[in-house]
Amino acid sequence: MTARRVMLLMAVVSVMTAACGKKTPPVARPAPPPPTAPTPPVRPPAPPEPVAEPAIVPPEPVRDDAISSASLDDLNKNSPLTPVYFDLDSSDLSPNGQKALDQNAVLLKKYGTWAITIEGHCDERGTAEYNLALGERRAIAARAYLVSLGIPADRLRTVSYGKEFPFDPGHDEGAYAKNRRAHFVITAK
Amino acid sequence: MTKSIMPGVLAIAVLAAWPHAQQPPSQPPASQQPPAPAPQQPSEIETTISGPSGAPPRLAVPDFIALSNDAETAAVARSIGQVLWDDLNFEREFAFIPRDVYTTIPKATGFSDVPFDRWRELNADGVVVGTVQKMGAGFRVEMRLFNVNTRLAAYSRQYDGSANPRLYAHTISDEIHKSQRALNGVARSKITYDSDRDGERMSGTVQNRNIKEIYISDYDGENQKRVTVGRTLNITPRWSPDARSIAYTSYRRGGANIFISNIFVGTLEEVTKGDKVGENWLPAWSPDGTKMAFTSTRDGNPEIYVANRDGSNVRRLTNHPGIDISPTWNPSGTQIAFTSDRSGSPQIYVMGADGLGLSKKTSESYCDKSTWSPAPFNEIAYASRTGPGYDIKVLDLATGHVTQLTFGEGTNESPAFAPNGRHLAFMSTRAGKSQIFTIAKDGKGLKQLTKSGNNEKPDWSR
Repeated sequence: MTARRVMLLMAVVSVMTAACGKKTPPVARPAPPPPTAPTPPVRPPAPPEPVAEPAIVPPEPVRDDAISSASLDDLNKNSPLTPVYFDLDSSDLSPNGQKALDQNAVLLKKYGTWAITIEGHCDERGTAEYNLALGERRAIAARAYLVSLGIPADRLRTVSYGKEFPFDPGHDEGAYAKNRRAHFVITAK
Repeated sequence: MTKSIMPGVLAIAVLAAWPHAQQPPSQPPASQQPPAPAPQQPSEIETTISGPSGAPPRLAVPDFIALSNDAETAAVARSIGQVLWDDLNFEREFAFIPRDVYTTIPKATGFSDVPFDRWRELNADGVVVGTVQKMGAGFRVEMRLFNVNTRLAAYSRQYDGSANPRLYAHTISDEIHKSQRALNGVARSKITYDSDRDGERMSGTVQNRNIKEIYISDYDGENQKRVTVGRTLNITPRWSPDARSIAYTSYRRGGANIFISNIFVGTLEEVTKGDKVGENWLPAWSPDGTKMAFTSTRDGNPEIYVANRDGSNVRRLTNHPGIDISPTWNPSGTQIAFTSDRSGSPQIYVMGADGLGLSKKTSESYCDKSTWSPAPFNEIAYASRTGPGYDIKVLDLATGHVTQLTFGEGTNESPAFAPNGRHLAFMSTRAGKSQIFTIAKDGKGLKQLTKSGNNEKPDWSR
């Protein structure tokens, strides 16, 4: 430090000492005693904790509904899946057809492991050859609608039998109407 | 001078080519023996017999002459005469002296005592005289078509190698038609169709469904034989151009796929190899037998495709959201006719075999299952909705003229041309159930081929 700086420092210190200090020495007043904590009441010893595990409650036995327990053949003989019927020479879904598919979709979602084949059928009034394709179009139309409702496509196969396998062998309009259909077969549970 | 052909060798080779006529097709054919040396053929000039001033020649076709003295030879001789009579009548190229008057003519015992003057009295122009001799397990059959006026043989042949009288008659009929009328006969051709006559149930379904199997028969409905044993739905059979195989649609793999049965060697080929996506129906052989057209929904919609016979190199030919189905090739393999509903209802269209150059051929209510005539004709036959059912029509592609062959007798569907273009096989319900019929292209000569069960979707071999 230069002599000049020392002189400056001593001047600052003496000014500060003069400003802070009182003329009379400080009187230490005794600190007030710390407040004493209140004495907690004496508790009786806690009773022994019961050592036990919660009892396992067995689950409600699942009642198999008639559908879950039926064999594939029985299921298909009285199928819970509704056929979809079509107009002559048409593969368009009618409002009734869509309703049937809506109902089928509910079941297919409930029984989520089912695999389905959708068969397309025709009445006898078209030619055997063209009806092979028309039947396929009907099956595909039903399938596409179900897929749009969220049924996974790989659960739904399609096959067309044209007019080879009529459900009703009659030759009147009633029989024809029964035969123009997409027919649902459960192939796996 | 003797014509320089080898008729004996040809005849033997011809008979050896149809060994299946006697055997069930599931067995392999009898080993083909090399042709025997040609027996000495009679050295006659071949001529044609003509009728009076341009009218069809009048033929007499009596029973053949049994040279051996046993009941079997006698039965064969009678049978050849009767079947030959039916075969020759089928083409209506000749007029015929009715058989019931033959009883008034003394029977010849050979070729040297034919009572020509008696045949002349009946106004015959020609008489078919034949002899049958027992030979080993079969027969030797000799035939001469005599010109009644000149008493010379216009045509003569010897045959052996078979024990089947029908086969001799069919061969003789085809050769008489060829030599006398320059016509390809169809007496040795075959029909195929699908049939539910066996009443067997489809497996894997709770419904009671009658399966259909593929059958074949002679062109006249004889010798009906089953060729598939699938216990499933087997339909739409089509003969290969060499008549040794049948392609068809089968549901044996669950959905519809194309198969080929090589029926004389007992092997099976898969054309659409159980493709996971879509179905495949209605195979149609190209005329050279190397390709197959068919309908497939592999791309999500029924379209026409062509593949090699082994299923490779699949090419799509149509590209329209409508239904495209029922392909058939023209005789040169350059065009395909098919059915499309792209205009709103099913109609017949023609396109190039490459899928280009589409042309609409019908504008009727509903048309399907076109069949293209063989050369030299240029016609397409098809089923046309004419009421509640269908009728068979033939469209001349050159003139646009349409001929109707059936007129509402039941429904008449699925026509198929005969290999000489003069007849059609088709399905008709006029007799009750679905049965196979043949009819000449002029609408005459209706013949019922099947009677048992439901028989449909025929095809006619060469």
